[in-house]
Amino acid sequence: MFVQGNHACVLGALRAGCRFFAGYPITPSSEIMEILASELPKIGGKFIQMEDEIAAMGAVIGASLTGLKAMTATSGPGFSLKQENIGYAAMAEIPCVVVNVQRGGPSTGLPTQSSQADVQQARWGTHGDHEIIVLAPSTIPEIYTTTIWAFNYAERFRTPVILLLDEIIGHMREMLKIPPDDEIELWDRPRPECEPGDYRPYQMVDTDIPPMADFGSGYRYHVTGLCHDETGFPTNDPQIIDRVMRRLTRKISRYRDQIYRSRESNLEGSEIVLFSYGSTARAAKQAMDLLRREKLNVGLFRPVTIWPFPEEQVRKIARASRHIIVCEANMGQIVREVERISCSQTNVHLVNSMNGEPVTPSQIMEQVKEVY
Amino acid sequence: MFDYGYYLRKEKFPHIWCAGCGDGTVLKAMLRAIHNLQLSKDEVVVVSGIGCSSRTPGYVDFNTLHTTHGRALTFATGIKLSKPHLKVIVVSGDGDGTAIGGNHFIHAARRNIDITMILYNNYIYGMTGGQASPTTPLGAFASTAPYGSIESNFNVSRLAEAAGATFVARGTAYHAAQLDRLIEKGIRNKGFSLIEVIVQCPTAFGRRNRYRNTLDMLHWQKEHAVPVQVAAKMSPEEMNGKFTTGVLVDKSRPEFTDLYEQLIDRVRTPR
Amino acid sequence: MRYEIRLSGSGGQGMILAGVILAEAAAIYDEKNATQSQSYGPEARGGASKSDVIISDEDIDYPKATNIDLLLALTQEACDKYICDLRKKAILIADSFRVLKMPEGDFRVFHLPILKTADEVVGKAIVANIVALGAIVEITGIVSREAIESAVMARVPRGTEDLNRKALTAGINIVRQYMKDAPGDSPLAS
Repeated sequence: MFVQGNHACVLGALRAGCRFFAGYPITPSSEIMEILASELPKIGGKFIQMEDEIAAMGAVIGASLTGLKAMTATSGPGFSLKQENIGYAAMAEIPCVVVNVQRGGPSTGLPTQSSQADVQQARWGTHGDHEIIVLAPSTIPEIYTTTIWAFNYAERFRTPVILLLDEIIGHMREMLKIPPDDEIELWDRPRPECEPGDYRPYQMVDTDIPPMADFGSGYRYHVTGLCHDETGFPTNDPQIIDRVMRRLTRKISRYRDQIYRSRESNLEGSEIVLFSYGSTARAAKQAMDLLRREKLNVGLFRPVTIWPFPEEQVRKIARASRHIIVCEANMGQIVREVERISCSQTNVHLVNSMNGEPVTPSQIMEQVKEVY
Repeated sequence: MFDYGYYLRKEKFPHIWCAGCGDGTVLKAMLRAIHNLQLSKDEVVVVSGIGCSSRTPGYVDFNTLHTTHGRALTFATGIKLSKPHLKVIVVSGDGDGTAIGGNHFIHAARRNIDITMILYNNYIYGMTGGQASPTTPLGAFASTAPYGSIESNFNVSRLAEAAGATFVARGTAYHAAQLDRLIEKGIRNKGFSLIEVIVQCPTAFGRRNRYRNTLDMLHWQKEHAVPVQVAAKMSPEEMNGKFTTGVLVDKSRPEFTDLYEQLIDRVRTPR
Repeated sequence: MRYEIRLSGSGGQGMILAGVILAEAAAIYDEKNATQSQSYGPEARGGASKSDVIISDEDIDYPKATNIDLLLALTQEACDKYICDLRKKAILIADSFRVLKMPEGDFRVFHLPILKTADEVVGKAIVANIVALGAIVEITGIVSREAIESAVMARVPRGTEDLNRKALTAGINIVRQYMKDAPGDSPLAS
């Protein structure tokens, strides 16, 4: 198939088992909603266009509580509006996938042009301490598989997962070969096996991820965005809150090895490493290939999992390289993280763009040659 | 004697409501209505937003969901559309339901989705400390209207009717016995139902507006509520300052989740 | 070898669809690597619109055209805006009625009546993008005749196949006519 990134996202979602979508029209993500409006009823799935972005996020959480794999898609302004309910999903541990096809901002910004300026918002957009998983694919086949992983992570770790696309890869087209079944892993949320009377929805369990019952399945329980105890009811007890908050963080951080996805090229022996993600990584890859043809030792680290941040990998690269050049389409957001992790063990540079136009390979090549 | 205990999460008491608050009266009426309809506890979902009334779900033994401020209807819409056989009840207040959640309110009514919304109208934001709400009467006092409110208030039932709700009723905490029937009819209606309940808030509203006590406020409800059949025979002058109670709207219109199931059938039937 | 094509004009001229068809011809029917990307303004009609197609035997990373091998410009605005991105010896195909001020530079020019041909020869102005595709394939041979025809047929609405086939042929013919009138130039890209 020769498809658009937004279309590949839909195909991945359906393959992952997505059966509920609620959304609100916004450029450049609307294709996802339009295609699902047509496809979901065909397989008995549910689609609804809600009255606003906030409502769409609420409906997705409600649907997930009944046991359906659920998703919404939006872009910058809509992503801002959804934040409170994303926090709710984090607090109440309700699986859901939020696609943000990034455009230029702040505010209405550049509706039809690309950016990667929501990458910190994806991490810290909602108030309060919380962990979250954020994925940023670079190619159309990767959008397909990463969307499946977004659902897998959301379900297994009972968390909202943010799938960060951008206008360029959301709208560009390239070939997608649908992987055969034996190459696809599908994960479901843990569900209770105990008697309904014994069920505690936020129980401290060995895995740190308590089983989740579907609303209406006989396990009657309470869900709230307030700080709650193991039974799900509000509490102000500092000891209990401490325990729950630490578990909420731990249930993702302890599984980071399962969550990290990245691509590396020529890291071995490269004194200069490009660090890039999403559509910008495509420019970085081309720059690397062209530079290597000129016999310059340049490697590329391309995280697909942006959050949790690949700290260990970056630490390793920082120790082994002379320069890390971060390429991203914003004023410099992930470069802060790279600087923090590399602790001055290497020189960190930024090649960026924030005017709606993508970072170009020649821009990156220039920077490499300057420091080489 | 009706066994409230069967439906309550007794271990969660005492409740957080003030002495004299009308919210518990509505909670009890809701339980009697559910009991009269012989619904199983597993098929009932009670969803709320934020505010005093929105603490109701915590005390009742159903599938219960306490969401973000104003958004209960959106979560409820996701639940109802996913599992249409569930009986979804939303409890809300005047601030939660018609200010921050006003957009969702009119759109749920427009869609005629089968959700029963019980809106506790106490004319004020109780939990946050007596701020003016969209139903605070013109001239009434609130912590954010220290010189009397200069804003006109919503008629919540009429708003629901105009937006397309197929069942609209108004009751009061004073007329508690009537409430069961109104809520029961609302749940029975296949479509969006609103039951607006006038409740007293002695702490946040009464104190600021020259009601000596709860009894005074209940007395006001008794004196100002006019059954809709009686109101029909009264002149506008006679109705001045009063409000109608009873079933205000009861009509039939295709329901959203039914229409969606039909759409699925239509799409899946090979032509 | 990486070949960069930019199709440009105003919104509603079908530049994005033309890019999709060209890329599909390469990727699906000629089994090369191809990407298509686009940029457009907030308007559904009017405004500047461009569609970049990259065709290559190797993997394609960067999906935007920055060193253009072929530029199609159906408006003066598009021609002026994108001419600076042409590499040396590149090909410029400009509409002879909408692009009156032709830029100067080290590239080969095909000044073709694309919009007029769609309107008068084919009979529907809306197929100008397909006429343009015919011209591009005739000039460059970047995809095969069979591939472009299959790709066009797979994308156009049912009932318009004949019209679009006619448009494709008309595009090929205006290039041949142009070559006859200007015999000094070589028709095919190296």
